[in-house]
Amino acid sequence: MTNKVISHGAAKPHAGGSGPSGSGVSPGGGVPPRADTSLPSRAAAAAVLDIEAIRADFPILGREVRGGNPLIYLDSGATAQKPRQVLEAERDFYTTHNAAAHRGAHLLGEEATDAYEAARTRVAAFIGAEPAEIVFTKSATEAINLVAYAMSNAATSGKEAARFAVGPGDEILVTEMEHHANLVPWQQLCERTGATLRWFGVTPQGRLDTSAIGELINTRTRLVAVTGQSNVTGDVPDIGQIAATAHAVGALVVADGAQAVPHRAVDVRALGADFLAFSAHKMLGPSGVGVLWGRRELLEAMPPFITGGSMIEVVRMEGSTFLPPPERFEAGVPAAAQAVGLAAACDYLDGLGMASVEAHEHALTGHALEVVGGIDGVRIIGPLSTEHRGGAVSFVVDGIHPHDVGQVLDELGIAVRTGHHCAWPLHRALGVQASTRATFYVYNTHEEVDALADGIRQAQQFFDGTRGVVPLGRQSGAA
Amino acid sequence: MQLESMYQEIILDHYRRPHHAGLREPYDAQVHHVNPTCGDEVTLRVTLKDAGGEPAIADISYEALGCSISQASTSVMTDMIIGKTVSEGMQASAEFLRLMQSRGEGEPDEDLLGDAVAFEGVSRYPARIKCALLGWMAWKDATARALDGLGQDQSSGE
Ligand SMILES: Cc1ncc(COP(=O)(O)O)c(C=O)c1O
Repeated sequence: MTNKVISHGAAKPHAGGSGPSGSGVSPGGGVPPRADTSLPSRAAAAAVLDIEAIRADFPILGREVRGGNPLIYLDSGATAQKPRQVLEAERDFYTTHNAAAHRGAHLLGEEATDAYEAARTRVAAFIGAEPAEIVFTKSATEAINLVAYAMSNAATSGKEAARFAVGPGDEILVTEMEHHANLVPWQQLCERTGATLRWFGVTPQGRLDTSAIGELINTRTRLVAVTGQSNVTGDVPDIGQIAATAHAVGALVVADGAQAVPHRAVDVRALGADFLAFSAHKMLGPSGVGVLWGRRELLEAMPPFITGGSMIEVVRMEGSTFLPPPERFEAGVPAAAQAVGLAAACDYLDGLGMASVEAHEHALTGHALEVVGGIDGVRIIGPLSTEHRGGAVSFVVDGIHPHDVGQVLDELGIAVRTGHHCAWPLHRALGVQASTRATFYVYNTHEEVDALADGIRQAQQFFDGTRGVVPLGRQSGAA
Repeated sequence: MQLESMYQEIILDHYRRPHHAGLREPYDAQVHHVNPTCGDEVTLRVTLKDAGGEPAIADISYEALGCSISQASTSVMTDMIIGKTVSEGMQASAEFLRLMQSRGEGEPDEDLLGDAVAFEGVSRYPARIKCALLGWMAWKDATARALDGLGQDQSSGE
């Protein structure tokens, strides 16, 4: 039994298959037609998700929070909740196979290594990559830093790495829309190397403004870093167009997939980018593991970032040589249990079908834009249409600071994010100090979107001086 | 209700009509503090005076962007501290910090804190404690700079 689990891929939980329980998916129509996205979807028809069956897989959704309200979790953009299949896969690894992967010669060491490598294969399949192109990191943040530091290390790493080296006169192009994780590492690379940082702006609607692409991408451009989906406005930039322009001048393209990979089918062969970074914890997987996908020939030529055990070939006191990728980029004992959990999350999502996941979020987003955007005194920070747009709905409420909006929602059991969501320059560009953000995932319902709108109205009442007159509470009928 | 205990009437009053707001001249030191998790910010000036050989606070002026808790807390702080000696102000500040760290279990010293006891409810919400402390920390920093004759805080962001 143990061997079966291992040989077949550690992603499988020990009981009942690893896909969603029950009939998580039911075929059928009723899904609004989806405008094509720039991140190409795997050819698969969207089915209507059975949200009740899905919710039953997430123990935390049964929790009651402040004042006995059932939890309404609208903060999956920060981190997603985990289905029991993922929890069980991790638990199974720890209870049955735990050892240091790629270290011991004993049986458990072998099993742990097999489980870890099977997870790599599973994740590769999820995004249409080869296993050797999947580098496990701590997070999307670390994956992006890996590329940025490899580029500054390239200056001292021999001829093979020369194409990654940047210096004065070279340009790194980012966007004003980036999460700090895909901005600050590039600012720092420029500071270390003397390269110049440039950026695409944003439109007043919170879309990426590529109107200056002809000037911004030029023969000095060495790398373009762009998000697959804004974590604030939901905008889905056209990475294909940006990558084609960048490649025409020989520049590399890093896509931040932290908000893209969890929410729709991403095929790296069709994406156009050279690197893709994402985090397990935002796609139903465990925290502590992320992924850097890179084109094989690029990873092969790229110098390491973090060095130490498990990534070396030969070590002498005078110096060391390194393993090929992906091991070259995975120093230290790997987070095998977390990788196994991520593989189980891929199973879960593929069990639902990424086209169905996308269609569900698309419908929730459209609903939210209507009922939240329709409240007097509420302004959506981002596109009002659902075209090329993911499920991050950020907004400001006139006269009420986002912290205070969030506090009232929290009191009602509704978890949202408040602040600048690690995208300070974007907020500045859109002329807002901070915002409140709701993000959706597979387990969210239309009733929860209505509860959000209702909660916002209650916050308005609370802060307009009539509090005490209007008792705070969930309206009946809300989830 | 928890929310009502946090947003006491006195807090909402200060939020809607903050006391001593606006930046005034002259001043002995100015600082700019931000709460990096939410972007709330305050620019705050302190003017010292001599009170029988002891340094005292002649004026605190400020410009703040932020939530009700951070705005109201800064406003209440200026009411309490202006006119006090620096050492009395530091004592009140230490007591306020203690209250904020009490997780709702504090028994605040009303003589020391005055209206600031209204923020007791905030201490139950760890995510909001930094909001309540923003103005106080700026005041402490500005006062220390004023005492050292340092004047303008050069490290401030925008
Ligand atoms: C668009 C985007 N990029 C990068 C990140 C960084 O992800 P992590 O914090 O998991 O490294 C996030 C999430 O916080 C994000 O939303």
